[in-house]
Amino acid sequence: MNFAEIMFYIFATLTIGSGLMVIFSRNPVHSVLFLIFAFINTAGLFVLMGAEYLAMLLVVVYVGAVAVLFLFVVMMLDIDFAELKGGMVKIAPLGVPVAVALLVELGLVVGTWAFPKNAELARVHPYFTGAETSAVLDGPNNTEALGLILYTDYVHYFQIAGMILLVAMIGAILLTFRERKGIKKQDVAAQVGRNREDSYEILRPASGEGIKGKGA
Amino acid sequence: METAVETSMDIALGHYLVVAAILFAIGVAGIFLNRKNLIVILMSIELMLLAVNINFVAFSQFLGDLTGQVFAFMILTVAAAEAAIGLAILVTFFRNRGDISVDDASAMKN
Repeated sequence: MNFAEIMFYIFATLTIGSGLMVIFSRNPVHSVLFLIFAFINTAGLFVLMGAEYLAMLLVVVYVGAVAVLFLFVVMMLDIDFAELKGGMVKIAPLGVPVAVALLVELGLVVGTWAFPKNAELARVHPYFTGAETSAVLDGPNNTEALGLILYTDYVHYFQIAGMILLVAMIGAILLTFRERKGIKKQDVAAQVGRNREDSYEILRPASGEGIKGKGA
Repeated sequence: METAVETSMDIALGHYLVVAAILFAIGVAGIFLNRKNLIVILMSIELMLLAVNINFVAFSQFLGDLTGQVFAFMILTVAAAEAAIGLAILVTFFRNRGDISVDDASAMKN
């Protein structure tokens, strides 16, 4: 057993263990923290697979942004979470068999599928012929290689990903935006829209009559 | 030939696929078991997307083709967008109902 194998089993065990804790822990704050832990361990698995860029992306984007977003929402909402846990035992006879059946199916697929040898793979992918395929695969590191194809072959997908994030951002802002009434707030349009007639008038009250103007 | 395939031989592709399969099943179980708690359902969906990403990266490394990693990149984007929109809907739902139980989310029926 070499170093990579030992690290694989550590990361895999911790990923699955923290995944279980995500769905079974009583406190949703703990669930979010275990989700973060699962993401970090998956990033470790990605490093073992040689996908360093995606591993770092997972740590920065997921642990840094998405999981913290979850944490904010969990702490912001004032909910009795213990009450929401109530139905777990009732639904378990349905949920556990479904999950186990799915796991058995996936296990059968992985277990019975014969992993092709390089010679067989050469028919479906030129990489396995050992011939020179593309400069991308011989790139010095994963990040540079990914950048070389992401900004050339997959540039449209990259742009669409940006659009998806833009739409998601606008949607999230629009959904949670609420206009508050009755607060003192600067209204630039109202300030600029003022004119001389609406703003003041000059009165010459006669002596002893008092003022009968707008402002009185 | 020295890059991805040679280093992958100490840990076979099947190992990663099994980890991903277990994680996906945990996500499915989480949706069923926490069906009342929307936040944990969203987190279960994140776990399932993570499992799919493990599959994509594992096959990408096995085939020595970076396309799988590009696809995993797109899944990460969509998952982040989904989390942001989902949580925004959750916050709006909580403001309107004062609760996030899925059982209450049937106002359209009445």
